Amino acid sequence: MAFPSIQKMSLARREELAGYAFVIPWIIGFLVFTIGPMLASLYFSFTKYDIVTPPQWVGLDNYQKAFSGIWDAIRSGDPRQFGDPLFWKSLQVTLYYASLALPLNLIFSMFLAVLLNQKVPGVNVWRTIYFLPSIIAGVAVTLLWVRIFNPRLGILNPFLTNVFGIKSPPQWLGDPEWAVPALVIMSLWSVGGSMIIYLAGLQGVPTDLYDAAKVDGANAWQRFWNVTFPMMTPVIFYNLVLGMISTFQYFTQVYVATSNSLGGLGSPQHSTLFYNVYLYQNAFRYFDMGYASTLAWILFIIVLILTALIFRSSDVWVYYEGQLRGRG
Amino acid sequence: MKKITDYFRWLFNSGRGNELLSKSITTLILASGSILILIPFLFMITTSLKDPAQIRSDSMSMLPRKPKTAEVLGKDEPLYRVIFDGQTQELALIRKMPEGMGQFVEPTQPDIIHELKINDQKQLYRLDIHWENYPEAITAMPFWRYLGNTLIVTFVGMFGMLFSCSLVAYGFSRFRARWLNLLFLLLLSTIMLPSQVRLIPVYILFNKLGWVNSLLPLIIPQFFANAYDVFLLRQFFMTIPLELDDAAKIDGANPLQILMYIILPQARPALVSVGIFHFLYAWNDFYEPLIFLHTRENWTLAVGLQTFDAIYTINTHLIMAVSVLMIVPPILLFFFSQKIFTQGVVFSGIKG
Repeated sequence: MAFPSIQKMSLARREELAGYAFVIPWIIGFLVFTIGPMLASLYFSFTKYDIVTPPQWVGLDNYQKAFSGIWDAIRSGDPRQFGDPLFWKSLQVTLYYASLALPLNLIFSMFLAVLLNQKVPGVNVWRTIYFLPSIIAGVAVTLLWVRIFNPRLGILNPFLTNVFGIKSPPQWLGDPEWAVPALVIMSLWSVGGSMIIYLAGLQGVPTDLYDAAKVDGANAWQRFWNVTFPMMTPVIFYNLVLGMISTFQYFTQVYVATSNSLGGLGSPQHSTLFYNVYLYQNAFRYFDMGYASTLAWILFIIVLILTALIFRSSDVWVYYEGQLRGRG
Repeated sequence: MKKITDYFRWLFNSGRGNELLSKSITTLILASGSILILIPFLFMITTSLKDPAQIRSDSMSMLPRKPKTAEVLGKDEPLYRVIFDGQTQELALIRKMPEGMGQFVEPTQPDIIHELKINDQKQLYRLDIHWENYPEAITAMPFWRYLGNTLIVTFVGMFGMLFSCSLVAYGFSRFRARWLNLLFLLLLSTIMLPSQVRLIPVYILFNKLGWVNSLLPLIIPQFFANAYDVFLLRQFFMTIPLELDDAAKIDGANPLQILMYIILPQARPALVSVGIFHFLYAWNDFYEPLIFLHTRENWTLAVGLQTFDAIYTINTHLIMAVSVLMIVPPILLFFFSQKIFTQGVVFSGIKG
């Protein structure tokens, strides 16, 4: 027999084989649903492919479509000269949303976590209430917010007019200027998801640090800025990375909010054409699988670069407790 | 008077007063914030109980309501609260006149007409709850079909995920082998991977297999483990003392038996929390069902509700009724398992 029988194998060898045997489901899944498809989509990104007819090799055409004209456009300042203006529009929309949603989310969730970390009466009830929206995110909630924002039927604009005296409140999802801010407001409602993570982080801050700061005469703000905040940077870092990646995959809310509107998906005037929405359109509306794969790979590379940047910069501003101990 | 100011000065100067002040401010902020959080929920529930006519004409009111009326000379006329001769009275508006004036009468004495400005009077409403919106919404769409599909995807997928992730997490937590560490790093790196980069070929693969427009593409991949849940379970398995394994080994248990009789019973809390997270994910997921399910009879609730909105978008009351039904299971689950839940989040958030 070519293989040694199980009984003759050494204990270590048997353990090794057993270990591999248990991880086989993941290895198969990794090959079939992850690495295989990744390589396939890299190949498709160099082809013209509509699922029905076999893929046709077109070299860098898809990439050229996305990037061509970029220098002309920068020189003339006219974005219409891009090879694919919608690609750049979708990048711009995504980054605009991220630039609003990520900092606001950070501020609100951190603020709430600090409040909810105090021993106030009924703290568990408050925590539950703030956490609630984050477990039901999806279609139902978006349909609700579409109606809250609705200028004629919703409750937001009458509220703004009657309580704050705003004469002509924005048209929200109907206005290209206000559609993204509306989505940001919607996302802030479910801030509880990241709040709970900050809360867990706060509970990990050793209380003796606060006691020491108090002895040194630090007030509440100084204690927050010099003790809490540095101790929280790893959690902030974690939330920032994941928040950024999820912005590039933002989809459900936009689809539900805009696909049934007059202007269709990404409306009004492409102001909610998020990157992932544009990718979906190319893949599953136009069945341009080649170009969609190109967009997917560009997305992958963007996410890689941004993640790497945050990881690199984290050396400067993320504080890990262990490092201090190391330095003594 | 001086005593009171002295008292406050003492309160705020002493540490206790400071604490009291900061606690009351905190509670105040939390309470007002939680009103902002709860209003949308309230709006969803009350809208689902409204008459469609109210949604169109009377959007100002959160409560499902209807103008209060009284019968005047055989016709129903709206009632107003009117301050008249220094008394408040309930009068019916029987006729609108130019320049915002109206003719008001007491329902019992229709011949004495008072002419008053309509806008100065307060219209009276009564509660008008339409429970029948729910049965109507459920019959307007194949609700039970969608619910059935969602439950199949959620629970079969959950079984597959727990089954495969337990095996894989056990492999990564209890065995020493040359390549296992490298494989584990590879696994972790896929957590950050945007799914779009593999989705198109996976779609094409399922299309070739003839599985597109069935529930299989949403279920089958769950049987091949995923990085996130494997990681969570592995972290938990690592905290279970190795002595338990050794004792079982001495009794002649093989690795599979150790997993089944030692590890899994110990890891119940972790399995439950991973299961709950999977439920929420599968229940709310929209992207993949949208891509893989093409015909009505295969949709899950998320896709079904979105399409229902496309057809019935004016019928806000019906859309909100189904929306309420759709958020009830996650909320119930949340309340019944709150402790596990928050621990699970803490676990995933911080150790992750």
